[in-house]
Amino acid sequence: MRRKTVSLLLAAAMMTSFAAAPVFAEEIETEEATQEEAEHVYTNAADGMTLAIVTKAAGNPYNEKEAEGFTEVVEGEGGTVVVQHPESATADAQIAVINSLISQGVDAIAVAANDTNALSAVLQEAMDEGIKILTLDSDVAPEDRATFCNQAGVQEVGQSLIDAVYDLTGGEGQYAILSATSQATNQNAWIEAMKAISEEDEKYASLDLVEVAYGDDEYQKSTDQTEALLQKYPDLKVICAPTTVGIAAAAKVLQDQKSEVVLTGLGLPSEMAEYIGDDEEHSCPYMFLWNPIDLGRLAAYTAIALVNETITGAIDDEFEAGDMESSPYTLTAVGDSEEFSEIILGPPFKFDPENIEEWKEVY
Amino acid sequence: MNKKENGIFRKITGSREASLLIVLIILLALIELLQPSFLAPQNIAQIFRNNALTMLMALGMLCVMLTAGIDISITSVLAFSGMTIGLLQKYDVIHNTLLLFLIGAAIGAVCGMLNGLIISKGKVAPIICTMGFMYIWRGMAYVISNNAWASAEDVSGFSDFGKSGAPGPYIILAIAYVIFFIVMKWTRFGRRIYAVGSNAEAARISGINVDKTITLVYTIMGLLAGITGVLSVSIYGSAQPNMQYGKEMDVIAACVIGGVAMSGGRGTVVGTFMGALIIAVIAKALPLVGLDSLWQNLVKGIIILVVVILNVVTQRVMDRRALARREM
Repeated sequence: MRRKTVSLLLAAAMMTSFAAAPVFAEEIETEEATQEEAEHVYTNAADGMTLAIVTKAAGNPYNEKEAEGFTEVVEGEGGTVVVQHPESATADAQIAVINSLISQGVDAIAVAANDTNALSAVLQEAMDEGIKILTLDSDVAPEDRATFCNQAGVQEVGQSLIDAVYDLTGGEGQYAILSATSQATNQNAWIEAMKAISEEDEKYASLDLVEVAYGDDEYQKSTDQTEALLQKYPDLKVICAPTTVGIAAAAKVLQDQKSEVVLTGLGLPSEMAEYIGDDEEHSCPYMFLWNPIDLGRLAAYTAIALVNETITGAIDDEFEAGDMESSPYTLTAVGDSEEFSEIILGPPFKFDPENIEEWKEVY
Repeated sequence: MNKKENGIFRKITGSREASLLIVLIILLALIELLQPSFLAPQNIAQIFRNNALTMLMALGMLCVMLTAGIDISITSVLAFSGMTIGLLQKYDVIHNTLLLFLIGAAIGAVCGMLNGLIISKGKVAPIICTMGFMYIWRGMAYVISNNAWASAEDVSGFSDFGKSGAPGPYIILAIAYVIFFIVMKWTRFGRRIYAVGSNAEAARISGINVDKTITLVYTIMGLLAGITGVLSVSIYGSAQPNMQYGKEMDVIAACVIGGVAMSGGRGTVVGTFMGALIIAVIAKALPLVGLDSLWQNLVKGIIILVVVILNVVTQRVMDRRALARREM
């Protein structure tokens, strides 16, 4: 009797939790590939081209924005767009999608890779068929693509962050960095760039970096570290947190305590909307992250240039990217490589009280 | 041996709680020396608030470990519960704080009961069963959230409950510790848990329903993990599928430091409290005392080991003395 009651209860509980799940899941929009022939007669850069973009997964608003920028440029240039969102954020799902694009005979595929190595075979196959391959957002092994549209150039991020610190401190005083883990490759590179820039340029000579603290991208530890920074350095003016969890945790601490210390760094707009503002009620005047629409647009211009053979993917190739701010773009070397190239999108995008309302819906 | 010295030694080692207290006092004195404002009221408030999650779950882990079990699915349950109530707010379904806590608690209790049933009826080793659920509930948190967060803005209003300076987390902690202290010390249920842990066969023969006790213990653990998930969202103002990832180790460490035996049957609420407090003090102090960040984890590990070894030694002395008394 009792066993029966328990199992009934369990079954009921499981059913409610599963029934509730679809309510939360965002409705997945599968964008139909627009297969119609371009009707434009004027000579556009992408006339007669069919260009495809493969995102990481369906239902990811960040990826949707990348596809949006891509679509806008390609259609504007008279080409045909195929947008493919794989069912899940796995390499397998992307392989299936890319295979079908190969048989459709598209001219170029831009991929936001879910795995560095797993796509190698299918991308090589595509290149053998004469399809131009480029990556955006996250790269594959460089021999499997012509070039990579990189949203986060180390120098650009470092420059934007140190300039923000300069601006928020008023040009002089103490600031601290709250990073992710001490092993985080990206964060370490950005912090090194910040340090290098402030050492080279006299302009930043009055800025005093008191500590680089590590919150390990955990709320609890980041909170401890932020509180410790406030306590240890009473004259601290700015905390710069180039990591999404760190900046959100620090923002909460500063805002709850109504601290004089202000915050900047790299953060997710949706997560930081509560904390971004110019007044004393908010802890973060502005912060940065990438602009996925621009990244999508850059990928589209790159794809067109590859198909037109304006560029081949070699280092030092140059191409025009319409009305984009940093156009014309030059392909630069990946690290110390002499063979493989990437394209840096430009400085990170600034999120401030003016645009945060719009962007918090995006990602 | 000097008789007086022996007396003090006996007193210190006579109770594990007392020896823990001394460890805590030494630790605090050391930290206070390096960072004189450490014991300021604001700091102490921050210690409790920022470690409320570990402290709350340590109570459940105490019960689980008393039955010689372990539960490593707790932070996954926490994430599932926290993510659910985060999403309920994100999509404007429910904004009532009490209701959200009840939902989180219910989710946690169901998750915990599943653990308990599989472990007691299915005779699956606790670490295996809870390892499975560790992946399942963490996975569920990712699935229902679609890998997105419930942001600070989504949970604003609700997060006032756990805001810095708000009494919410302290009240929950105080109530939980008082209830557990009473239950473990003075109720039949509490004694049953100890009995099952020290000798399950003897407990069965003496008429205790061992399966039921074990199921209940894991249900309680789940319930606490569920509540902690909700509390986490209110304290940190955000729900993410990966929240508190890996933190079950802090909870287990708190219990072990507090003298709870992995082999079951031994451990108290007061000891657990002190163990959790020591973990909390270490977490708070390490970034404050000017220790290089790269060294902090290393030092944390060393402190935990020293305290545990101290405890084992104390326990051995106690056992020997108890044995000696029996032989007399």
